Amino acid sequence: MEIPYTIKARPDTGLFNAKLGIWLFLASEVMLFGALFSSYILLRIGSVEWPHHVLDVPLATVNTAVLITSSITMVMSWASLMMKDFKKYRLYMGATVLLGFGFLIIKYFEYTHHFHSGELPSHSTFFAIYFTMTGLHGLHVIGGMIVNSYFWGPGSKMWKTEPERFTNRIEVAGLYWHFVDLVWIFLFPVLYLL
Amino acid sequence: MSLKAFHVFFISISILLCLTVGGWGIQSFVTGSNSVGILVGLFFILLGSALVVYELRFLRKFKNVSYL
Repeated sequence: MEIPYTIKARPDTGLFNAKLGIWLFLASEVMLFGALFSSYILLRIGSVEWPHHVLDVPLATVNTAVLITSSITMVMSWASLMMKDFKKYRLYMGATVLLGFGFLIIKYFEYTHHFHSGELPSHSTFFAIYFTMTGLHGLHVIGGMIVNSYFWGPGSKMWKTEPERFTNRIEVAGLYWHFVDLVWIFLFPVLYLL
Repeated sequence: MSLKAFHVFFISISILLCLTVGGWGIQSFVTGSNSVGILVGLFFILLGSALVVYELRFLRKFKNVSYL
């Protein structure tokens, strides 16, 4: 039995299956990160003192640029598939994975510095919420990198048999990647600047 | 919402962030509260300006792709 609406959009929703699925998933993710941002606000309002300038702003600035660039390469990989240019797709998707890796390396150096300074999650309420939010975000980046690496490597075989379905898959992976980047766009000013 | 629409939304939010942080950096330098702020601020203003140019080019290039 063939599964309907894997390529063409369902007439009543205007979406193909995977796109409907990813938006439902992203709605649950909004609730997850929304709860964490709410916790941050409540903890900050309820605290007598809140530390300022304890995080490395220049490193986080570089990381912000890295993630914005990765969202551009991600959308370019999707656009390359729509223009039937598989070589360019591989190039842009590879760049997206590498940029995600670069983000994690910078985060590793940031975390290591905090650990060596004794700034563990148990150090203060600020570091507890900082590690929780950035750690969860980092796990999402790792998740996205695993999916993108699969589509760059073994998963790309689908391009030969079902190119339209593969293009849809990359669009869905791109939506997830953009969400992860968007979370960082909110995390950066909230944790590093305010 | 397609990836195109989400990308346009994401880049718009990024531009807003860049220009806000850029303004913050320059203001903190002027008031003398943060010397690193000027470099970060200038970087974000440059990044924000580049993103404005990119978004306009992106919208022109992909005008035939659906937002849905």
